[in-house]
Amino acid sequence: MFTKAISRPDSVTADRAQATASRRWWFWLPTVFLLGAAGLLVASTNLPYWGMVLEAPQYPGGLEMRVFVNTITGDEDPTLDEVREIDGLNHYIGMKSLYDAAAFERSIAIPAIVVMVGLLIVAAFWRRRWTWLLTIPALTFPFVFLGDLAFWMNHYGQNLDPYAPLSSAIQPFTPPIFGEGVIGQFKTVASVHTGWYLAVAGSLLIVAAVIIRLIDQRSQSKA
Amino acid sequence: MISQRLSSKLLLTGAVLLAAVMLAVMIAPGTFTQAQGSDADWQTIAEERGLTAEDLRAAAMTYTPSGMLDEYVMFASGGQGGQVLAIGLPSMRLLRLIAVFTPEPWQGYGYGVGHEILEQGFIDGKEILWGDTHHPALSETNGEYDGEWLFIGDKANGRVAVIDLRDFETKQIVHNPAFLNDHGGTFVTPNTEYVVEGGQYGLPLGSEYAAIEDYESAYSGMITFWKFNRDTGRIDPEQSFALELPPYWQDLCDSGKLVSEGWVFCNSFNTEMATGGIEKGNPPFEAGASRGAVDYLHIINLNAAEAVFQAGGAVDVNGFNVIPLETVIENDLLFFAPEPRSPHGVDVTPGGEFIVIGGKLDPHVTIYSFDKIMDAIAAGPTETDVFGVPVLALESVMEAQVEVGLGPLHTVFDDQGYAYTSLFLDSAVARWSIGAEGYRPQDGWQLISKIPVQYNVGHMAAAEGDTASPDGRYVVALNKWSIDRFLSTGPLLPQNLQLIDVSRPGDQMQIIYDMPITGAEPHYAQIIKADKLNAWEVYPEVGWNPITQSVDPNAVTQGTEGVTRDGKNVTVRMTAVRSHMTPEHVEIEVGDHVTWTITNVERARDATHGFAIPFYNINLSIEPGETVTFEFEATRSGVFSFYCTEFCSALHLEMMGYMLVKPE
Repeated sequence: MFTKAISRPDSVTADRAQATASRRWWFWLPTVFLLGAAGLLVASTNLPYWGMVLEAPQYPGGLEMRVFVNTITGDEDPTLDEVREIDGLNHYIGMKSLYDAAAFERSIAIPAIVVMVGLLIVAAFWRRRWTWLLTIPALTFPFVFLGDLAFWMNHYGQNLDPYAPLSSAIQPFTPPIFGEGVIGQFKTVASVHTGWYLAVAGSLLIVAAVIIRLIDQRSQSKA
Repeated sequence: MISQRLSSKLLLTGAVLLAAVMLAVMIAPGTFTQAQGSDADWQTIAEERGLTAEDLRAAAMTYTPSGMLDEYVMFASGGQGGQVLAIGLPSMRLLRLIAVFTPEPWQGYGYGVGHEILEQGFIDGKEILWGDTHHPALSETNGEYDGEWLFIGDKANGRVAVIDLRDFETKQIVHNPAFLNDHGGTFVTPNTEYVVEGGQYGLPLGSEYAAIEDYESAYSGMITFWKFNRDTGRIDPEQSFALELPPYWQDLCDSGKLVSEGWVFCNSFNTEMATGGIEKGNPPFEAGASRGAVDYLHIINLNAAEAVFQAGGAVDVNGFNVIPLETVIENDLLFFAPEPRSPHGVDVTPGGEFIVIGGKLDPHVTIYSFDKIMDAIAAGPTETDVFGVPVLALESVMEAQVEVGLGPLHTVFDDQGYAYTSLFLDSAVARWSIGAEGYRPQDGWQLISKIPVQYNVGHMAAAEGDTASPDGRYVVALNKWSIDRFLSTGPLLPQNLQLIDVSRPGDQMQIIYDMPITGAEPHYAQIIKADKLNAWEVYPEVGWNPITQSVDPNAVTQGTEGVTRDGKNVTVRMTAVRSHMTPEHVEIEVGDHVTWTITNVERARDATHGFAIPFYNINLSIEPGETVTFEFEATRSGVFSFYCTEFCSALHLEMMGYMLVKPE
């Protein structure tokens, strides 16, 4: 259909009408995709992006940490605040408090996402040649998130208090953000969660939307 | 084309490979089996240890591997240990000691904290720091255990305690000031409206002085009905009342259920009113109390007694509501039926229709029918005892008798229509059939089988056995003597609790576990299905006060710790968390009165912290979330290293502080 639109001579009214009709379909798809991506991004803020489970003999069932865009929690069981428990264990190895981690990023996360979503909506309807650039923040967001996460994991793990009680037993380390690792008697298993997948799905929708629109716009300019 | 040299190399390689494969195939099964643990392995062990197939069956029924939980919890009294034991079945593993009347430092009871409860059990200001616990009673709803509360009495001093099964701790002790011993306690009515405490040895009311020669006129028996308030989780002495009884040495009681709900039954064993005095040439109690061929089963109309109490029929004895014997008789609250010779044990069948008395000195169990009792009462009994209590004729109320053996004491029930009676002198348990509708009418009332136990069984406990629907499967014989069952540990021997598999009918009963009990002499136990219990894993919120079972506004939060002074009164506010206490320096002066509050701010399971102060006899156990307060006078100056006494973390040794008491 694409190629037909490009190769067909555009002086015939019927052809043009048909071309207009078919173009209308492609015309709206990027809008739908961008709005969809905006929705996915909004939905993702309520879900964890990444999590780590710490397993040790003394904790049957393990300790679970879930990272959202603006907060860190444990699992659903309200009895034990697992983040506090992990923090308590961390003080033996001289690691800083999890509550201070990425404080700035977490404080701006929701406002930033609001801005990104706004930009997506604008880009969805404002079809200048250059407005697709407005989608770049939302597009790159999940990967920026992971990069920031990796930075903080590394920062926390490498900057242990050398005077901490277990400093002779536990050397500075970088906990992997994917897969298994070891800290003391704990085995760690880290993975991304639904929230991140939603954001990535949003990014894919954005990519598709941008490509469609750019090709469409190029074909328009040629016509 | 392959060269000669190459082909011979190939041949050699092939042969070597083939040999290797064959060798591997031969060795592998052996290795595989060894890694798995061969079939022969446990059989070899069994042979070496002399275990029979029966023994292995018992092991299979009771061995509970690490991580597997028990099906039932048995709450057993501790006897003169003054505490309650919680034991898992079928593993027979001791799960928990619950301190009740006796201070116990491991759980921090009576060494700084817990005094307010222990003090409730002091009598006329006298400190009493032990008890003789006999019969635990689980709270019931509609005749079934509900797993919420546990009651236990103290025979020695006539007290009753309330234990909260959310945290397995004693919350209240009460004492009837009109009486100073008990035995027929504790037993609950089907919805735990009342906790029954029957007295034992005849006493003048209030334990006032009266010469022994005046026994018949001045001494009384008593049964107390403690009103339980489930909302507050406490017994309400104001709403409780007692009945004065003849001094016949009431023994055990049981509450009616279903058809017999609203009635309470007690046996007695000294209607002879023997008063002993062997040193004076009189027959000793053991002879005097056993002389008569019959004693009296007490049949008490609790509903009517409650009505009499509420109508104002009680008098004040030492501040307690007692319905005098004359009022009891006037209002038809009490009836007697003869029971053969100094019986023990009164047990109501699951449907409430029958009351079983263990003969003790008579080799029968005597079964009374509730319907027949009601008919006999309605017909208007003509006989009375010397006090004027109506006596029903034995033939008119007895349903059956089964000869079971020597020394029948207590009876428990299963789900197959069998009853089990302990035989003290025979050192055995008798299984007999209840020959009535709903039980085993096909077998009639007869002895089925006896299984020897080791040794001298007192009470027994059956799984859910006191409820309207026993589970069957397990019966525990609480044997008084262990003699040769265990390694010698000196002249003071443990008791032996034997778990008996009663799941198979007829004569197939098997003892499957011997559990020595030390530090306690369980008299009676109740066994509840584990899933009915809802014990907490940690206290629900940080700053929890176990007495009020709510968050304490006085609890200490992190960041607000410290030591403050008001004249000679010092307040210490402390938190405990792995692995430090805050503050770590407590600086006070000699002569200060110190009020010290500690809150354990942990939320993880098993993160308990202990706390001890040397010299001052303080040791606490503070569970996750709990807050406790204790007080003492700093009478001695010096430096005192307080520390966490319950191993809590890798840095447990470092979890300490200094209390510095400046001299004048």
